[in-house]
Amino acid sequence: MSELILIVIGTVLVNNLVLTRFLGLCPFFGSSSSIEAAFGMSMATTFVLTIASAAAWMLQTWVLEPLQIEYLSLICFILVIAATVQFTEIFVRSAYPMLYRMLGIYLPLITTNCAVLGVALLVTRSEHSLLAALLYGLGGGLGFSLVIVLFAGLRDRLETADVPAAFRGGAIALITAGFMALGFMGFAGLV
Amino acid sequence: MNDSVITAALVLGAIGIALALVLVAGRRRFAPDTNTPVERVNQLLPQTQCGQCGYPGCRPFAEALVAGEANINECPPGGEPTRQALQQLLGEPTATVEPISPWLVAVIDEDICIGCALCIPACPVDAIVGANKFTHTVVTNECTGCELCVPVCPVDCIAIESGQPRQPGLVLPQGSGA
Repeated sequence: MSELILIVIGTVLVNNLVLTRFLGLCPFFGSSSSIEAAFGMSMATTFVLTIASAAAWMLQTWVLEPLQIEYLSLICFILVIAATVQFTEIFVRSAYPMLYRMLGIYLPLITTNCAVLGVALLVTRSEHSLLAALLYGLGGGLGFSLVIVLFAGLRDRLETADVPAAFRGGAIALITAGFMALGFMGFAGLV
Repeated sequence: MNDSVITAALVLGAIGIALALVLVAGRRRFAPDTNTPVERVNQLLPQTQCGQCGYPGCRPFAEALVAGEANINECPPGGEPTRQALQQLLGEPTATVEPISPWLVAVIDEDICIGCALCIPACPVDAIVGANKFTHTVVTNECTGCELCVPVCPVDCIAIESGQPRQPGLVLPQGSGA
């Protein structure tokens, strides 16, 4: 049990997808301009990450390894991720039309979010049970959500701050992200 | 060797078919509802998102219309055709609805225009023609008088004036060669 809690804490804080592994930076910058959009995006990504990592683990352990066709893992994971994203898109479109419009192109782009494929590959290499794989995906998603919502809040404050002209826009966003990554280095060794 | 190729093809095919079935089932279960009153009203609106009705965009206006908080003659870009279509859909009696406000068009004072091209992306209906460092002008027949180009002009050369009702379709001036 404590091992499972450690997996979640480890993926949320210590091995944060965005700030430690530097995966999924595109949605991190792309959909963090408002807290609302960031929250919607992070919920969708967490859902996809959890489902995709569990599905990837099941596929790898129960299908690909017994049949000795592990070399197909990459293409299979991409298939599973694409289908999960499609499903999420169908669901969000019908349940939250406003959110669907706000996220726009970033929702289908979760397919190409390297964090999702990265977690699927990491999970099949490091985790030994389905529950652990599921929690690894969930933790990765929660870590992504935490960071992107915090970052959206910071960017909200930066909108009204007196930023020197040369740093406005993307530059100050990248610098902010760099400081956040420095801050998250403080969690190293926690688990 | 052949066996493993066949296995690989079968496994990939099976995964693909299984996922396709899940997606088809999901699409049936969570079909986007395009038949709600708000959606049907929204489809009649011009989607210029100009905000002249007092709502932030066309969909909020559609929601207000369905809720009975807005009047169908409050959409200047849509003009008379939109008003009639809305009247047909919402079934409001003709007598109680006043005709829409007079036609408005944007007019560019070509002596003042500096050709900065800032107004061109602001126009939701692409009614402004021109290029960088060339004087712009407004295609009157396309302009909806939405005033979105007015605040972006750095030299204030755009005025909103009353104009003629638009003709449907693109009307080219005679002898334009197009």
